[in-house]
Amino acid sequence: MPVNTNSTGSARTLSVPRWIMPMLAGAILLIYPFLVSDYYIDIAFYFGIYALLGLSLNIVLGEVGLFDLGHAGFYAIGAYVTAILNTRYGIPIFVLLPVSGLAAALFAYIVCSPIIHLKGDYLCIVTIGVGEIVRIALINNPFDLTGGPNGVFGIDFPRIGELLVIDSSLEYYFLIWAVVGLSIIGLISLQNSRIGRAWNCIREDGIAASASGIDVRYYKLLAFVLGAGLAGIAGNIYASKLMCVSPESFSFWESCLMFCIVLIGGMGSIPGVLIGAAFISLFPEIFRPFAMYRMLVFGSVMILMMMFRPGGFWPRKRGGVSYRSLMEDSGD
Amino acid sequence: MIDRPGKATRNGNDILLETQGLTKIFGGLTAVSDFDLDIHKGEILSLIGPNGAGKTTVFNVVTGIYRPERGDVVFKGRMITGKKPHQIIVAGIARTFQNIRLFPDMTCLENIMAGQHCRAKAGLAASVFRTPKMRREERRIRQVAEDRIRQVDLWAFRDELAKNIAYGSQKMLEIARALASEPELLVLDEPSSGLNPKETEDLMAFLQGLIREEDLTILLIEHDMNVVMGISDWVVVMDEGKKIAQGPPVEVYNNPEVIEAYLGKEEEGGEDAGPASH
Repeated sequence: MPVNTNSTGSARTLSVPRWIMPMLAGAILLIYPFLVSDYYIDIAFYFGIYALLGLSLNIVLGEVGLFDLGHAGFYAIGAYVTAILNTRYGIPIFVLLPVSGLAAALFAYIVCSPIIHLKGDYLCIVTIGVGEIVRIALINNPFDLTGGPNGVFGIDFPRIGELLVIDSSLEYYFLIWAVVGLSIIGLISLQNSRIGRAWNCIREDGIAASASGIDVRYYKLLAFVLGAGLAGIAGNIYASKLMCVSPESFSFWESCLMFCIVLIGGMGSIPGVLIGAAFISLFPEIFRPFAMYRMLVFGSVMILMMMFRPGGFWPRKRGGVSYRSLMEDSGD
Repeated sequence: MIDRPGKATRNGNDILLETQGLTKIFGGLTAVSDFDLDIHKGEILSLIGPNGAGKTTVFNVVTGIYRPERGDVVFKGRMITGKKPHQIIVAGIARTFQNIRLFPDMTCLENIMAGQHCRAKAGLAASVFRTPKMRREERRIRQVAEDRIRQVDLWAFRDELAKNIAYGSQKMLEIARALASEPELLVLDEPSSGLNPKETEDLMAFLQGLIREEDLTILLIEHDMNVVMGISDWVVVMDEGKKIAQGPPVEVYNNPEVIEAYLGKEEEGGEDAGPASH
């Protein structure tokens, strides 16, 4: 990433140099919490959680085009693994951060292996089932682990001894956005690799992808495993922030919200996911005064979006492979 | 017209691909029955026959999209029967489709880069951390793709979405994608369908150039008799799932059985019967 003098940017076209937007967003995120009250920091924290969830679903839905409406199930696995292992065995939250990601990934691998060949709406229905099974299983309190409908209480703060204890809104805010930032960097790398291209090829045409040498089954599973892992990590941070988890946080509605995030933003577009997450998490706050009409407005906005911007607010722009030469000889 | 090594070595034993007793059944329909085919290194072999003869089914079995009920496919002396398409392409067989199958919302260059997928190894960790090895590999993928896109004269469209380019260009792009996988056998399903005479001529010259310059063998399904007669070294005729004749183009062209099955009664100048309609 070239972060050097700003005089080299080509001002010939309307589009600004592409590092300006991320830099600006980063700067705003850095300054923002010092200008507002804790309440608004918390809103930004939940924006971060939804951004992470949106990014995780974007791998499955956006990059590979697999309809996954049970993503809250993976999120729940991450949160409950954190909650149970922390409250029962006192394992530190930071240790559980990767553990919950891996647990959710493993769960995804096991449940998705037999269903990965399903297409479109069939897969969608099965994933709804998976998500609901997870939620209902949590309510049923298997082995007395999940605490039934009440959930699990008393989850610790993330801490490294006494050196670093994350217990304020501000610190949680930086924790989630650090994770989101790292995820974005990793995902951008993936988008520009053979794996990202393989995912897109599968989305575009599975048979052609297979005939071009792409192991469709493997890459679909990889997307699910990776997406679930990220959702599990989001679950970990969410659980420790709330200090308790309960099944109602991982309802079908949550899966729908994640789906909306990806659709609003634009399938496969990382800036799009951030816009979608902002919309989903900030919208209820903005419309708090008109709480009665909130869902009405939400529904109308979704319908209008589908009519006028079916590709999302910020669809992914293609041509990244030879972006430089594109900028030089044709501007667009 | 046919003075290329393919014909001369027709009796040799440098067989690249062989099918033995291939049988494919769909429900109650035997699409291909007991079909033998052998393709020699360096030749252009055309598989012809009336619509519904089972040509595309043979292609789909050879490239792993269907699994045959009986029979074997042997490539370079190794059995590849029942392997998955992505394994077949690693072995060295690349294909195109009858109705173009590109990745419409990806750029032309990215489409061709997909062909190199099977020749690259970078895994998840290497891709996330962009290791030097992965970067080298990416440069190589890109280099191969750029060479291939120049070869089919689509360099100007490299950053254009595949769905936006002309039909004829899309056909060439699909061939380029197949070539990017560095195949030994190129399997083309009706490469000239939908092309105008000028484009067809260019395609023929292109394919002949490929055989001349690269270590390649071509198997094609074709309806356009000008193409079949013009570039094939060997022609195999199918009807109702069976092989009814084979030989050098001229011989097959005059074979009464073939004329009856394939050209019907229009033997007088009716050689282009059929190509326009599917």
